Amino acid sequence: MGSVAALPILYGLQITELCFSREEEAVTLKRIIVRKDSYYDSVVLMSISAEIKKIDGVTEAVVAMGTEVNLALMQDMGLDDDEVAEAGPNDLIVALEAEAQEVLDRAVAAVHELLRAKSSGEAAAVYRPTGLESAVKALADANLVVISLPGRYAAREARKALLADRHVMLFSDNVPIEQEVELKKIAEERGLLMMGPDCGTAIINGMPICFANAVRRGDIGVVSAAGTGLQEVACSIERSGGGISQGIGTGGRDLKDERVGGTMVRMAVQALAKDPVTKVIAVVSKPPAPALVPVVMKALKAGGKPCVVHFIGAEAGSPLENIRYSNSLEETARMAVALSRGETYTPRVFDLSEDEIAAIVERETAAMSARQRYVRGLFAGGTLTDEAVCVLHEPLGGVYSLDPLDSAFKLTDPHRSQAHTIVDLGEDAFTVGRPHPMIDASIRTERIEQEMQDPEVAVLLIDCVIGYSSHPDPAGAMLAALGAAKERARANGGYLAVVGSVTGTEGDSQNIHAQRRKLESAGCVVMPSNYQGAQLVKRMMARRAS
Amino acid sequence: MNVDRIAELFGRDLKVINVGLEAFADNLVELGVEVQQVDWKPPAGGDTRILALFDRLAANASQDIDAANAEAVARIMQAKPTLIDIGVASDVVPGMHNKLVLHAGPPVAWQNMAGPLRGAVIGGLLYEGLAGDAAEAEELAASGEITFDPCHHHDAVGPMAGVVTASMPVWIVENRSFGNRAYCTLNEGLGKVLRYGAYSQEVIHRLKWMAAELAPVLQAALKRRGPIDMKNIIAQVLQMGDEGHNRNRAGTSLMIRELAPHLVMLEEPKEKLARVLTFMHENDHFFLNLTMPSCKSTIDPARDIEASSLIVAMARNGTEFGIQISGLGDRWFTGPAAVVDGLYLPGFSAADAARDIGDSVITETVGIGGFAMAAAPAIVKFVGATPQDAMTFTRRMYDITVAENDTYQIPAMDFRGTPTGIDLFKIVETGTLPAINTGIAHKDPGVGMVGAGLVKPPESCFTRAFEAFAERYGRCT
Repeated sequence: MGSVAALPILYGLQITELCFSREEEAVTLKRIIVRKDSYYDSVVLMSISAEIKKIDGVTEAVVAMGTEVNLALMQDMGLDDDEVAEAGPNDLIVALEAEAQEVLDRAVAAVHELLRAKSSGEAAAVYRPTGLESAVKALADANLVVISLPGRYAAREARKALLADRHVMLFSDNVPIEQEVELKKIAEERGLLMMGPDCGTAIINGMPICFANAVRRGDIGVVSAAGTGLQEVACSIERSGGGISQGIGTGGRDLKDERVGGTMVRMAVQALAKDPVTKVIAVVSKPPAPALVPVVMKALKAGGKPCVVHFIGAEAGSPLENIRYSNSLEETARMAVALSRGETYTPRVFDLSEDEIAAIVERETAAMSARQRYVRGLFAGGTLTDEAVCVLHEPLGGVYSLDPLDSAFKLTDPHRSQAHTIVDLGEDAFTVGRPHPMIDASIRTERIEQEMQDPEVAVLLIDCVIGYSSHPDPAGAMLAALGAAKERARANGGYLAVVGSVTGTEGDSQNIHAQRRKLESAGCVVMPSNYQGAQLVKRMMARRAS
Repeated sequence: MNVDRIAELFGRDLKVINVGLEAFADNLVELGVEVQQVDWKPPAGGDTRILALFDRLAANASQDIDAANAEAVARIMQAKPTLIDIGVASDVVPGMHNKLVLHAGPPVAWQNMAGPLRGAVIGGLLYEGLAGDAAEAEELAASGEITFDPCHHHDAVGPMAGVVTASMPVWIVENRSFGNRAYCTLNEGLGKVLRYGAYSQEVIHRLKWMAAELAPVLQAALKRRGPIDMKNIIAQVLQMGDEGHNRNRAGTSLMIRELAPHLVMLEEPKEKLARVLTFMHENDHFFLNLTMPSCKSTIDPARDIEASSLIVAMARNGTEFGIQISGLGDRWFTGPAAVVDGLYLPGFSAADAARDIGDSVITETVGIGGFAMAAAPAIVKFVGATPQDAMTFTRRMYDITVAENDTYQIPAMDFRGTPTGIDLFKIVETGTLPAINTGIAHKDPGVGMVGAGLVKPPESCFTRAFEAFAERYGRCT
């Protein structure tokens, strides 16, 4: 494009025309840089790509490792050259497209700046071990190894950690079931924790591992198959005045797949039963594989301590010896707190009085137009999604989702809602090439913008998960989109109800109260828990139907 | 099912190793938890085939690789390299003859030789009087009448081009624990010298003087002094700011100290002795040609140990970088020699640089040189880095070695032993390549040294060696 800059001098008077034609044709410039042998984590690079795309004048930006998938992607985008074709998974590729040379320069500088900020081993002045063996030498008394690598490498490192007699938290997903079985077998032989794969949350000795909240320490031990399930229970315990001794994640397949056999749930329960600090044990999971129900029950009974069990979506059973069943994540917490204090538990759905709830329902539904009849749930938390689906599926006559209770209600296109739909935006369909919605708020705000085009939407149900590793201000990031959606409904002669809850605590850097206030400022009805939010929506829809 | 270990975790301070997203480490660090972040990158360079091979072999080798490597490293530690004499190559170097030219690195034919090596060959032939001028020398070299062979095939090592011809004087170092010997020419100094491919009158003239005066005088002094324990001296130089490859100032000074009292006692004119002492004094790299055969004699007994994946030679000929593996005999595994990343002498730039060349990486194979950079903070000036970088270079090398040296130590790292015994497996798995610091020759014959810096070996030679190792020692099923 150097020739374009020279043209005005040659053709004098044609300058304006030239500029016009340039604008009309949207001339774009490309720059591709390959940096050999510079590995960065894909999540880091995705967030850098997102940052660079925000630069004015940048039309396309890919900052990625040269994996096969990425190379194909770049080829499709026309952002490849010979050097890119030669790149391997350890080579960093920066491919930029912009309207002007100086924009490219700025973008390249910004990439370097961001990469430096994220730091890496390359030319880092301070030594860092390159593998687990040397890390174990560097921190000889390390007792937990946290692994968040691409799935195909994760099990390999986890195995090494277990064989070095360290407990493991495996955050990575996409780990084959065979590898999970093998890892948990090694863990069982050695008496080690093997949390995960796909374990998003743990609280060990009061410390938040990966996505977790600042909760006070106490005497309730929680074992949870999934991340946001553990977060919701832990935060509800905090809100009810209780505290957590340990929060152990097991990964979603531990109880769901017979091959894994509930190994980690059993071991966690047994360890909590022995733990002198823990007085009550809470277990949260999707319904186990039928063969594994007795396995869990046996472990819980053997421990002898009071236990609260919640199988999301399953009918709560009647109490049995030391085991009680609860109906929701929140109730799990409240029952556990009551047990730990020796108090009697009184069931209730809402914190607010029936009158107050009726008033909210009336207020939120009064101005809806006749065509507004559907609920749309847009969630960042997987377990919170499941809980909302479970509450609303029956009363609404079916809720479409990606992981439905009834396969007839499987959402055809993840990117398009139909009738009542509740989606977990953390599913793979949404996160290929982008960070999880708990980090990147734009996945949800884009979907809100899409939903508001649909005049049949009556209620938007959302979650808002805060705490360590989460977006620094998830509520704030949603405000504009929520405001616009409400405005749109008003312009259409209706009213869009927004219902949500914040999973978090006062101790979290985002602060639960500040987040609630922000959501409320956008007209969102903020309920004390995800369960109560879903229950409120149920009431609203019942009111609409009557 | 025993859960005592989990109970133990609950009762202790959490200490975490974080592999992956650094944000997870940051959370914990903020809360005062001790965290070690791992600088992870895909193992085996992301090559899934090699990684699968690696895991299969690690789990199921036909022989005990760890034990073999322990034996190999034990032999390195037991070595007692001792300087015993100076001799003439054709008299002492095994297989040496008048029509044989030894060179650095893996084997390479005349037509594939890089500029500096061609220049040194020309110089060597001129020096031996086998050719009258450069053109004649080139003709002779191409004629097939001259045999070219790596120094390593003759118990020898040579810096840069590493050319050794029949009448050149050589240091003789004997490993007193195993009885094997290693040979290396005497260092000619810096600037226009044969090892950097220069072959002018001045170069040949200096070589002649070295054979006629320097070598006999030093030999006589050494005879009076008696054998010198090189291991002891190398251990000292690491404590004096040398790393034994690219910085040899302390070593050269120590040699002068060792020899001076005996030099003055020789029945030689003062002028002659002064020339010898001045020559040593003016050449900081005089000692390099002593560390190299010391290292060569140290590591040779670690060769040919069944199932050992230890690297027993790394060497470059200016065209290719080659390695040899203990458990794979004399076979070379090569890849293209890299361009050195370094600083240039005034008037030269990267455009003038030849590719990586020389046997001097023998020092790194026994845990000095680039592996001991932390001992030589002054060296970082060469490579435009900081003393902190030098520490980092050395620390990284512990990730690819099997032992810490029991004699060579780094004062600034609380006298930690240098990383010793490079394990092919660790290189392949971690993707961390040996750190090498080296000189840079001009790409054209006849010019000489243009700079110095750091160089990375090509990954491909390690991958190839690993595949061969897997084929040899993988259990057939």
